[in-house]
Amino acid sequence: MTGEAVVFWILAPLTVIAALGVVASAKAVYSALFLAATMVMLAVFYIVQGAVFLGVVQIVVYTGAVMMLFLFVLMLVGVDTSDTLTENLRGHRLAAVVIGLGFGILLIGGLGNASLTGFSGFTGSTGGGAGVGTVEALAELIFVRYVWAFQLTGALLITATIGAMVLTHRDQVGTAKTQKQLSQERFRRGDRVTPLPSPGVYARHNGVDRPARLPDGAPAPTSVGRQFRTSTDGRQP
Amino acid sequence: MNPDHYLYLAAALFTIGASGVLLRRNAIVVFMCVELMLNAANLAFVTVARTRSEVDGQVFAFFTMVVAAAEVVVGLAIIMAIFRSRRSVSVDDDSLLKF
Repeated sequence: MTGEAVVFWILAPLTVIAALGVVASAKAVYSALFLAATMVMLAVFYIVQGAVFLGVVQIVVYTGAVMMLFLFVLMLVGVDTSDTLTENLRGHRLAAVVIGLGFGILLIGGLGNASLTGFSGFTGSTGGGAGVGTVEALAELIFVRYVWAFQLTGALLITATIGAMVLTHRDQVGTAKTQKQLSQERFRRGDRVTPLPSPGVYARHNGVDRPARLPDGAPAPTSVGRQFRTSTDGRQP
Repeated sequence: MNPDHYLYLAAALFTIGASGVLLRRNAIVVFMCVELMLNAANLAFVTVARTRSEVDGQVFAFFTMVVAAAEVVVGLAIIMAIFRSRRSVSVDDDSLLKF
């Protein structure tokens, strides 16, 4: 058993388990972490197979950039948004599992019929001799034979960047209000003109989640920020 | 080491990703499953390139990564735009593209 086989038989089940974790996790953050694990292990597979450059790119681009982007969007959307458990289509889940299994069986059956010769290792396709490594051969392919495709990917990336900017850009409706207008609006509404009371004043603790005390000793509910209010309901001020 | 093993692993990962796209309703998780499928295809590319002792397959895997990165950028921007207008990332809620 070669070292490569040892690495493969240890990492392959872990990769499949992590991939199943991506699909089966109830929370999207766990899915993202499982996907990051899967991608790191795939990078190890690339490196084991001699594609060192691709393994490094996998880690930098996927686990570095793409997964961070996913996590950023998860944070923006809200971490605790989980899937709805009701089935809109009846039998949707069962049908998806059956179709997935059938597809997998067909795919693996097709692979079983394919005839592949054993590995012969990378030698560099452009015949540079024994001294030319994989990275040099890759560079020659990318910058000579596939240079047109490479430049098109550059154009694609620029287009994607502009597209993302256009899609996430929010137009301002009307002009921004000045401080004077805001003040006039506040007085016209008339509900509260002064700033809200600070939390923790005359209370037993001065934390931001403790409501201030009014002169009669009652807690002032408006002194606590909206995000702390639910957690301080039962607490002594 | 038989190259078939790597291809079977790639097929398994692709299948899991495809099932995830069918199963999950959270748009971000669906997107992650698409990424899983792309990665599985990359593994197959690298493996077959190695059996043929050429690096062309690696170049294709490299281009796949670039395209996947562009796809992630645009896709997540679309998800953000939909979330902003509808306060939801469930793919079931987006059956109408307008309104």
